[in-house]
Amino acid sequence: MRDPATIRLLPDGQRLHLNDGPIDLIIGADGAAKEIRRAYGAAARRFVRILDELCAELPLLRTRQTHNSELPAGAIARRMTDAVSPYRDRCFITPMAAVAGAVAEAVLDAMTKAAQLRRSYVNNGGDIALHLVSGQSYTIGMVERPETTSLFASVEVSSAVPVRGVATSGWRGRSFSLGIADAVTVLAETAAHADAAATIIANAINLPNHPAILRIPAREIAPDSDLLDLPVTHAVGPLRLQEIAQALDAGMVVADQLRSQHLIHSAALCLQGHVRITSSLCRDGLLRPSVAAHLPSRESETAIVIPSEARNLPLRSVYEEPSLCPK
Amino acid sequence: MIDTLPKDTIRCDACPVLCYIKLGQTGACDRYGNFNGQLVRVDPHILLDRAKSQGTPVVPFLEREGEWDGTLAKSTDTFVTAIGAGTTYPDYKPAPFIVSSEVDGVDMVTVVTEGIFSYCGVKLKIDTDRHLGPERNLVRAQGEPVGHVTTAEYGSQMLSIGGVHHLTGGTKREGRVTCETLLDLCNGKEVALIIDEGASITVAAGKPPIVNGQQEERMRVGCGSATIGMFAKQWFGKVDEVVVVDDHITGVLSEHQAGKMLGVRETGVAIQGRRSTPGRYFQVAQPGTGWGGTNISDPLVILKPFKPKIAWPYLRLLMVSTTGEQAAYYELDESLRPVEKDLPEQLRESVERVRENCEPALTTVLFMAGAGGSLRAGATENPVKLTNSVKHRLTRVTSGGAPAYIWPGGGITFMVDVSRMPENAFGYVPTPALVAPIEFTLKRADYAGLGGHMDYVRPLDEVLREKQRQRLLTSLPQNPWPLKTPPENDPHR
Repeated sequence: MRDPATIRLLPDGQRLHLNDGPIDLIIGADGAAKEIRRAYGAAARRFVRILDELCAELPLLRTRQTHNSELPAGAIARRMTDAVSPYRDRCFITPMAAVAGAVAEAVLDAMTKAAQLRRSYVNNGGDIALHLVSGQSYTIGMVERPETTSLFASVEVSSAVPVRGVATSGWRGRSFSLGIADAVTVLAETAAHADAAATIIANAINLPNHPAILRIPAREIAPDSDLLDLPVTHAVGPLRLQEIAQALDAGMVVADQLRSQHLIHSAALCLQGHVRITSSLCRDGLLRPSVAAHLPSRESETAIVIPSEARNLPLRSVYEEPSLCPK
Repeated sequence: MIDTLPKDTIRCDACPVLCYIKLGQTGACDRYGNFNGQLVRVDPHILLDRAKSQGTPVVPFLEREGEWDGTLAKSTDTFVTAIGAGTTYPDYKPAPFIVSSEVDGVDMVTVVTEGIFSYCGVKLKIDTDRHLGPERNLVRAQGEPVGHVTTAEYGSQMLSIGGVHHLTGGTKREGRVTCETLLDLCNGKEVALIIDEGASITVAAGKPPIVNGQQEERMRVGCGSATIGMFAKQWFGKVDEVVVVDDHITGVLSEHQAGKMLGVRETGVAIQGRRSTPGRYFQVAQPGTGWGGTNISDPLVILKPFKPKIAWPYLRLLMVSTTGEQAAYYELDESLRPVEKDLPEQLRESVERVRENCEPALTTVLFMAGAGGSLRAGATENPVKLTNSVKHRLTRVTSGGAPAYIWPGGGITFMVDVSRMPENAFGYVPTPALVAPIEFTLKRADYAGLGGHMDYVRPLDEVLREKQRQRLLTSLPQNPWPLKTPPENDPHR
């Protein structure tokens, strides 16, 4: 018995909530009331077709990407394939690593094609696609762990910065991870690219054969997982400072590499209360001043470590909705 | 892809992803899970927060977006509902949550479980005067019989939907469609039904019914004749004649018994249609969506010329529909033809009064089910004692925090108004059967006395600390607080 898709405004009367099976979107838009209505209409019309479109090619999308991989037919499936293809030679990856970002982008595209909006966003469970006309910006809150409410930093993405996608990955989230990162947040040109890159960096934050890490073959938890029998992280015990640094180092190597290949703009890596950010996150006025004040003033090309005790930031909602931040 | 399916793995059909779900796991959406081999909806476990002020609207939090900030509510102000609690069916073991809390100095225990109900259905009350179909005729959804027409009540028609014979006694498809219809009705969704030799209707709990494509707005205050009877005194002296336009019985003040009693003078008004008794007329027009359920938009078309021997110039005439939604005021000219004038203030009030007395036409859905053996066994080792405790009003039964009416007689057969329960409180299993929340609240001492699973009683604070999967909702102001000891004269007690 198939559940129908949910299409409704949130109780604030402003944001749109769309849900269908595992897809759950929160959408916001700024512009003339008539344009917002038109954009929401377009979002809903596009949205209701997405799940069937993806499921029609699900076996292909759950298969490891190689040079010889068949090209999928659907537009979203192609975005997914495009976003993961830079990684297909270096590791096991399936197009599913970019599904959330690709869906967010597709819905945002439908909105911006249908209506004139000053700015808008589609938040797919933390993977966010942004639309900004010249002079507009959004403030994005970043969390250290997906289920907590404390933001360790927020960044301001303006139209001048080449970032229209934000994604977060980690073993505590809804998708499986091969790494032990609590959260890796990536800013990139598109949401699908951010989504794939966050997965790759989160997988790289790891301590092979560490006794405090419980790993389980993915199919023992979900028989139809695209990760087959790869060991996915199920629990991580307390780690020593040195081990945390070692794991984060491994992640930063990959993050910097992806940045030099222009696959991402910047990233923030979180593990057991310790955070590292790429230096690009400090450029372009991206980190908000109130937050930057809490950072140790150490010029480093690779990383800044924020010990958890030094943070004293106010509590906010899990995924801070950009529309709540006055510009 | 899947070479060998592990034992107890099921396939979810709630969406086209069609996840394989292992025992004790959830699917990709985190909303459906495999509990003891049954597909069960595992939406966040819902806690009710006692409304701090009357009239606070219920705003369900989204799981990810407005996650609970972890604040521990004062324990008497939080009630753990069974929505999302899970179920122990078909095992004979304690309910998933048995929660203790202190209320006004008394230790209370709430046994919280989701019941799987094969014996269940809904009673629909549909506010309409339209004929929906002959009594006992089948009600169909997607072509399958899912219930039948029962009685006509005052201003409404009653349908019975579901019941074990439709769920499991017919074809597989009949059972599946019945289950789907019940689930949608209970979760407040719109359902299309067709009655044999009758109407096509679209209904949803708490919303106006749509009959043959037309939405009902208001229940009329009464027929046109009854409206004359109710308002004659208020009109007397302010106007010479009143015609209440109604598709069933159009009423005329000066000819009606109520007008005669007051001494209203004859006016010479003449009405199209068939006169029944003095001041009451059938068939003044065709049925429709115009004035008073007729097809007219200009009320004058139901009037024949005034009788010149009786009528007089400047005679004041009010025409109004049975719902007060339409009204017009006329005065006769020298040649006794009605000329429309502004409605005088004093008549405007009476029209407003007619309208005020018309309640909105709604569909109401009462869920009815019987709590069976294994469900009661989850509460106590001696199930009949729970039944007796409920009968003796020592145990209060709620469903998602909403008060349940317990039928007298054997067993625990209850009814609950689904619109008083939180959103999407119901689920289903493919058996087919409905999954509904049920909570039993009683004094701790009484719970021990009826053989309760005392070893499994956990303090409320401990349950609240398990923040995962919990959602905190504001309780509806019209519901009595489930933990409050009811006053002695409370009929629910």
